[in-house]
Amino acid sequence: MAKQSVIVVGGGLGGLWAALRLAEAGVSVDLFSLFPVKRSHSCCAQGGINAVLDIKGQHDSVEQHITDTIKGGDYLADQPPIKTMCEEAPGLIRTYDRMGVTFSRTPEGIMDQRLFGGVKNKRTCFAGATTGAQLLYSIDEQIRFHEAEGRVRKFEFWEFLSLVLDEQGVCRGLVALNLRSMKVEAFRADAVILATGGAGLIWGRSTMSTNCTGAAASRVYQQGAKFANGEFTQFHPTAMKGHDKLRLMSEACRGEGGRIWVPRKAGDTRAGRDIPEDERFYFLEEWYPTYGNTVPRDVASRAIVRATRHMGLGVRGQEIVYLDLTHKPREFLKNRLGGILEMYETFAGVDPYTNPMEVFPSMHYTMGGLWVSYEKDGHTGGMVRAHPRNHATSIPGLYACGECDFGYHGANRLGANSLLSASFSGRVAGDAVAAYIKSLKSATEKTPQGVFDAERRRQEEFNQAILARTGGENASTLHRQLGELMSEHVFVERDNAGLDKALAGIAELKERAKNIALDDQSGWANQLLPWARQVQDMLVLSEVMTKCARLRDECRGSHYKAEFELKQPAGKFAGDPEYEEYTAKWKANNEKWLKHSIATHTPAGPQVEYWPIEASVMAPEKPRDYR
Amino acid sequence: MDRMIHFKIKRQDGPNSPPYWEEFKMPYAPQHNCISALMYLREHPVNIKGQRVAPVVWESNCMEEVCGACTMLVNGVPRQACAALVDELEQPIRLEPLTKFPVIRDLLVDRQKMFDGLIQVKAWVPLDGSQDIHLHAPRISPVEQSLRYIFSRCMTCGCCMEVCPQYHDGSPFVGPAPLGQVALHNAHPTGGFFKADRLHAIMGPGGITDCGNAQNCVKVCPKDIPLTEAIGALGRQTTVQWLRDLLM
Repeated sequence: MAKQSVIVVGGGLGGLWAALRLAEAGVSVDLFSLFPVKRSHSCCAQGGINAVLDIKGQHDSVEQHITDTIKGGDYLADQPPIKTMCEEAPGLIRTYDRMGVTFSRTPEGIMDQRLFGGVKNKRTCFAGATTGAQLLYSIDEQIRFHEAEGRVRKFEFWEFLSLVLDEQGVCRGLVALNLRSMKVEAFRADAVILATGGAGLIWGRSTMSTNCTGAAASRVYQQGAKFANGEFTQFHPTAMKGHDKLRLMSEACRGEGGRIWVPRKAGDTRAGRDIPEDERFYFLEEWYPTYGNTVPRDVASRAIVRATRHMGLGVRGQEIVYLDLTHKPREFLKNRLGGILEMYETFAGVDPYTNPMEVFPSMHYTMGGLWVSYEKDGHTGGMVRAHPRNHATSIPGLYACGECDFGYHGANRLGANSLLSASFSGRVAGDAVAAYIKSLKSATEKTPQGVFDAERRRQEEFNQAILARTGGENASTLHRQLGELMSEHVFVERDNAGLDKALAGIAELKERAKNIALDDQSGWANQLLPWARQVQDMLVLSEVMTKCARLRDECRGSHYKAEFELKQPAGKFAGDPEYEEYTAKWKANNEKWLKHSIATHTPAGPQVEYWPIEASVMAPEKPRDYR
Repeated sequence: MDRMIHFKIKRQDGPNSPPYWEEFKMPYAPQHNCISALMYLREHPVNIKGQRVAPVVWESNCMEEVCGACTMLVNGVPRQACAALVDELEQPIRLEPLTKFPVIRDLLVDRQKMFDGLIQVKAWVPLDGSQDIHLHAPRISPVEQSLRYIFSRCMTCGCCMEVCPQYHDGSPFVGPAPLGQVALHNAHPTGGFFKADRLHAIMGPGGITDCGNAQNCVKVCPKDIPLTEAIGALGRQTTVQWLRDLLM
């Protein structure tokens, strides 16, 4: 058999880890990215990466990390992959350390750890407040070494358009658009790994980078890949407002002692720092005394919406709360959070060392994504290492890792678990694909050229149809309207009437999108053509997310419908009859809803079915309780 | 007339086309930055003469000054346009592509040679594979960590290259950014094992001696990386390396 090759699409942590493992296994890798991989969205992750090192005398344990992750996700994630991820996290961190990541240090020169949300122990390794960038750079450097050695070829400024599937439906390569020459080309590969990140742009503005459209995941979904748990998107409680982006203020702010509050008096016009202590309402601390400001993100976001929209206590009557670090020493803040505090100062024009920051929840992370499989190890209860089923999508030969897959986080992701899952899943996917291509009975070199030519022509015709149209809809307008629709109806709190409105709105936008015309007909570096296609693909994915949200009549993790809320009895805890009754109701609800929603594309829209979850590590016996 | 934001943008249809200036006005709103304004103009691409034109082409991603993509000249200064707030800029706001890199189209340039420079100087810590070896890197003091951290914030944006008089088409000089990465990797306890390889990579033509000590690079670095200090130290280290090579 000729030398085998694999295509990796996306060069954030997931894609680069997959590429690295394949290159080390002697497989040639073609790495496709919309831009130089060093600029991938992983660089925006701030606060840190979780791994149990237990260096703070808290008796932290891997078991506790597993428990926190499972419960943080409201039991919706399959548990064997979580188990293996948490077990291998310390080893992964050691590798990053060896790569030269500038992790922050204790006085003894070992890696320091800090507190994050949804946990009680300090478990988060960090490099100042630019941890994602530091991790990304270190693995980017390793890939550059393999590039120099000829094992990795980079195709930067190329956009993935579609998979090439053979007659048996096996993925044999892909078709991509050169973003400079605008040429469409087909590429052969023995397997394709998609590591294309989240889909925040569907909400118009989010904490995500402007290239996080979810278009690539949408494209393979439209070619038959199943999309799971689309209704579960994380709204980060603390982001700055902006025209273009809602800039994240890391959970590390709260992990390091930051406090969330609003003025007790509605419509208080004084500046935040002039409001005396006894006139401040620290609602998270009051409502959740055990976890306080470090409750999980879904809990914090709902509390913020409650304090502002329902109680009318938003800062200056607006949808804003304070994130306050001003009680902490300047030097401490500079060391631990300098990078993001600088960013706040740049974009808000206000000094966060002396003024409480103004924040509100924002779309932040897609827990749902392409459905991927795993091979369970019957002996350990985790995943079988280097098994070809790990991270395989429902299309043979197509793998997915990183934020574009649906694994690990269930209904809500814990802070600092995303850098972990992106890295870990990339590593697993790389190893899985190395095993898969070894087992391939017929190599891609035998696939007839006609299969590739046909898919390339299909994509060219698609592009030409858009380019030929004049006087139609503007893609940016449609995108803005989609964002408004999603931000209003598919946000922290949802209800079925609103979701129906969103579905109707999306259907209308989809119709209009068929008529998109471009203000640019150039055949060179035309950015409107890929943008028009991305907007169309975002619409398809938004329909999946909204429809799954409409169908799920319960509250779980980030997905909240007041109408179906099982209220925790106030002041009652395990052992109290009221609480036991609540637990029984919660279990009965799980019978119906503790399932993955699985969407399959049809011309008439997504068809949704429900698949069981695997709770073999920790049975769902106790509801989440962060009070 | 309502308050407007006025842009003067240097455009170029392709690598071999002549550049031209085009002006745009858009409604004022507080807290715009240059990229959010370009996004508005993408939806409403009408120039100051009232002509509907092809929207300006640019590169951006993170929108928070960490990815380096949107680097361009804003009123003549190389910086990330996403962090260039309209309220703080004199109008008309002039946007131009970086001049030290080939223009692809409008504000989009090709910075590949910066990444090539990182290969040239071997900017990585060599590993015996990415598998867990059950050991951390050797201990690193908080002081060493913070020194390395400053250099590891380099996002390969190109600001320092833009203002370096020695870095241009006709010169083989690798430029300040990759030299900063040599300092970063040489300072790592195991990366330092291969210090000599990196020093050799910057000892020949296009290496450290091409630095003219203009000190422009440090002034524009958006991450305040002390590039000139690094270059100074590397200069001394290459001299020592040269002597050591003589004795070998």
